[in-house]
Amino acid sequence: MAYSEKVMDHFANPRNVGEIVDADGIGEVGNAKCGDIMKMYIKVTNGVITDVKFKTFGCGAAIATSSMATELIKDKSIDEALKLTNKAVMEALDGLPPVKVHCSVLAEQAIKAAVSDYYTKQGIDPTPIVGAIPECNHEDGSCGCDL
Amino acid sequence: MRKIYADNAATTPLAPEVLKDMMPYLTEVYGNPSSLYSIGADAKKATELARADIARAINAQPKEIFITSGGSESDNWAIKGVAKVMAKKGKKHIISSTFEHHAVLHSLDALKAEGFEITLLDVHSDGLVRPEELDQAIREDTALVTIMYANNEIGTIQPISELGAICKKHGVLFHTDAVQAMGNVPIDVQAQNIDLLSMTAHKLHGPKGCGALYIRSGIRPQILIDGGAQERGQRAGTENVAGIVGLASAVKNAVSTMEERTKRITAMRNRLIEGLSKIERSRLNGDKDKRLPGNMNMCFEGIEGEGLLLRLDLMGVCASSGSACTSGSLDPSHVLLAIGLPHEIAHGSLRISLSDQNTQEDVDYILKAVPEVVSYLRAMSPVWERIKSEEKQ
Repeated sequence: MAYSEKVMDHFANPRNVGEIVDADGIGEVGNAKCGDIMKMYIKVTNGVITDVKFKTFGCGAAIATSSMATELIKDKSIDEALKLTNKAVMEALDGLPPVKVHCSVLAEQAIKAAVSDYYTKQGIDPTPIVGAIPECNHEDGSCGCDL
Repeated sequence: MRKIYADNAATTPLAPEVLKDMMPYLTEVYGNPSSLYSIGADAKKATELARADIARAINAQPKEIFITSGGSESDNWAIKGVAKVMAKKGKKHIISSTFEHHAVLHSLDALKAEGFEITLLDVHSDGLVRPEELDQAIREDTALVTIMYANNEIGTIQPISELGAICKKHGVLFHTDAVQAMGNVPIDVQAQNIDLLSMTAHKLHGPKGCGALYIRSGIRPQILIDGGAQERGQRAGTENVAGIVGLASAVKNAVSTMEERTKRITAMRNRLIEGLSKIERSRLNGDKDKRLPGNMNMCFEGIEGEGLLLRLDLMGVCASSGSACTSGSLDPSHVLLAIGLPHEIAHGSLRISLSDQNTQEDVDYILKAVPEVVSYLRAMSPVWERIKSEEKQ
């Protein structure tokens, strides 16, 4: 399996690794049984994601997509962050091997989960804004994983 | 950067002396062994000398050695070939184990689809099948027992002599996939009652694409590859002469150096196991002693195997893992699941397989690299975070 140079760069030197102690929103997606879990922390000021960190259990692509996703939403408005698709994450990484596409789906979901948590903490129902975040469940394919 | 090749269970580098033995058959002696003129006859002679060397290594007769393209073909031929012949005698039951190589398991799947009944023996948590369970599983209509000599992932060596004796007692044919074991443990097909045995060259510093199937005299598995009369009419195709010579050369070298070499490799392997066992929440997969000399397979909780391999690769270490991500499928290694590991732990496995070309310095380097990488990945793992917080409670 061949990873692009960008994937390898983000895997070898992941950006924004860690946690935010006083995070405004925390999202966790995936499950250990499938082999990947992403946890994303965001700090929000005036509707802008001013800081973002992640922790990921998973393969090289899972770590690289987490890293790239954090870069793509940092200093962006929540609205912009919610528009980030897994395809955009993949393109920014110069592509992923077909079996790793689900990692980019997880990255997209992790952002949505963190934003949902932020809204919930603000006392706002996130569902109309963020939409439903499917559980990663390989069996029914709802994680977007094409395996 | 230092480069350490520690994935010898996947394949091994070709030994210079093997290449030297092969060279004439890749250059001047290019004749077809079936031809009558001298370069054909010379090639034929080389294949027959090679066959005798291979036979000697396992205490078989040269006429019982059939050259194939490697381990997978040997396994397919042995299993499907015997099954089809035995089916004509009304025997359509085959016994194997849950952690065989896919060349065996998928051959059995194919037979199952054709109406054969398959019993897979449990591989216990130590990575070993129990002879008494084989004894109980054999039935009147059992056509074949196929159990690997040593496992490719966790390296555990099965009690082959006992299994062979049980098969003999019941009059059932016994095949073993010895692809990993060959050259690493003494094999005697007579003493161990082995009826068919698969081997391949590239696991013992021979070339890729050449292997052999030992078939005890008197057994005639159905032919898998039809065509010319090569291999005593049992396996068609112009001989891979250089490959055959390479296989024999590799086998001969492995057998003649076995005692000293395996002692040295085992000592290195034990240092690895001892050193890496100091990592918290790590575990060795498979029995500590009944395993191949070069095999170390461990799980490290809280991390995923592909990340581990890629980081080790960045540090120059080539190793392997049974994680789902490295297998290209959803599930982690069927071998690790077979010995009872839960999915989330099986994802974090590391296999290091040493050969004679590794050094104590390599071991030192790996002993430094692996804990570093494990700590790094754990520091960014939400699973590890959870494990640690549960520990505190």
